[in-house]
Amino acid sequence: MMSSNDPAISVRDLRVTRGAREVLHGVSFQVPRGQITGLLGPSGCGKTTLIRAIVGVQIVAGGQVTVLGEPAGSPDLRRTIGYSTQNPAIYRDLSVQENLRYFAAVLGAPRSDVDRVLEEVGLTEHRRQLGGTLSGGQLSRASLAVSLLGSPELLLLDEPTVGLDPVLRKELWTLFSGLADRGVTLVVSSHVMDEAARCQRLLILRDGDILADDSPEALRSRTGTMDLEEAFLRLIEERLAA
Amino acid sequence: MNATITLATARRIMSQLRNDRRTVALMVLVPTLVIVLLYYVMDDQRSFAAWAPVLLCVFPFLVMFLVTSIGTLRERTSGTLERLMASPLAQLDLLLGYGLAFGVMACLQVALALTVSLTWLDMRLAGSLWPLVLVSLLNALLGTALGLLCSAFARTEFQAVQFMPVVMIPQILLGGILVPRDQMATVLEWVSNVLPMSYAIEAMKLAVMGADLNGDFWRDVAVVAGSILLALGLGAATLRRRTP
Repeated sequence: MMSSNDPAISVRDLRVTRGAREVLHGVSFQVPRGQITGLLGPSGCGKTTLIRAIVGVQIVAGGQVTVLGEPAGSPDLRRTIGYSTQNPAIYRDLSVQENLRYFAAVLGAPRSDVDRVLEEVGLTEHRRQLGGTLSGGQLSRASLAVSLLGSPELLLLDEPTVGLDPVLRKELWTLFSGLADRGVTLVVSSHVMDEAARCQRLLILRDGDILADDSPEALRSRTGTMDLEEAFLRLIEERLAA
Repeated sequence: MNATITLATARRIMSQLRNDRRTVALMVLVPTLVIVLLYYVMDDQRSFAAWAPVLLCVFPFLVMFLVTSIGTLRERTSGTLERLMASPLAQLDLLLGYGLAFGVMACLQVALALTVSLTWLDMRLAGSLWPLVLVSLLNALLGTALGLLCSAFARTEFQAVQFMPVVMIPQILLGGILVPRDQMATVLEWVSNVLPMSYAIEAMKLAVMGADLNGDFWRDVAVVAGSILLALGLGAATLRRRTP
């Protein structure tokens, strides 16, 4: 057993190549437990690849990824990690409820979880609707709901708030904070900088390298700006000057 | 492997079909309609008697091949396969789930086609019914297994659909329907010997003729069953938990 002080995720020298291109150039970092870690960076910087490597569905070229004390992709982890892909991974020809019932059965989650997660993502009244008839935002919430089934210890969410209106976005971030308060570790990727302020820790990724790994406050003071968007730009300038 | 997950997967695929009534109607009705068409085109009881068993072989295979290859391709492109590969589901759970769900569909398909053939179309069945049903079902499962396997090599729906003639037409041409297998050029006969459909068609003919179900029939059934297991195994091997 591992102690609760051990990091939830520990990544060392992770390299990933896709085709001829190296997408991640040996990144190393740790993700503490029971916190929300924001994975930020422009589109195409390697966020999705990094999340897939942590889930254990990405072929990696080198390095080590340890998740909850086990190598990434271990069979034991398949029940303890909740994973939501960037494109909503939902059967469009099943209702929201049918989708959730199926994935609950696969994960061995209690059937009562279906109603709970519907409530959590605010889709209770749409539960009988077919996936294909949902709006983009509803679809991504349905996909998020699947990852909440079975009360995972670690949630890896790839751009969960894309296309949502500000009210829903706020509700989801309240949900994420509540989960973190209960001890769940969350890694949430986003390319929207204003979401960064809601994270306890930020990993900023650019072109397959980690630009910064710090708390939002520390980043602001280091770059001397209150605005995280501005802080991001200054980090890049800093890197280019070096 | 886990029976709960396999059954949940089969149930999920059935629900998907239930939400898509037109596909179900096409799957169940088309084979019967084509057999009826064949009956009136041939307009001759003997030729029809020779061809009907072939169609009963080909159709379950064809339909299951198509729906399975498109179905799995959709799982790949929609991201649900990646989600499942990150879950406790084993590759065989998924394949058997498809096999079970489409096996039920194949039963409906064959039941209707046989009912219509044996009543309205006066198809004579010399022996008992069960060998026919057995061979049809095996063919449906073979179609499912090969469809799963081929979908691994298709990136798009266009490619997946094109695999159908690739897999299907040589098996029909070499299956001993147009030319008896022992009258083919030696090379073609060898090829014919390794195609599972040749055995399925032979078994179906024996079943319809009501021949003694002796060693030949059971050898054919065993070859088809073996091909199903082989294709399922290869199909499972193409479903990788880690992808590039």
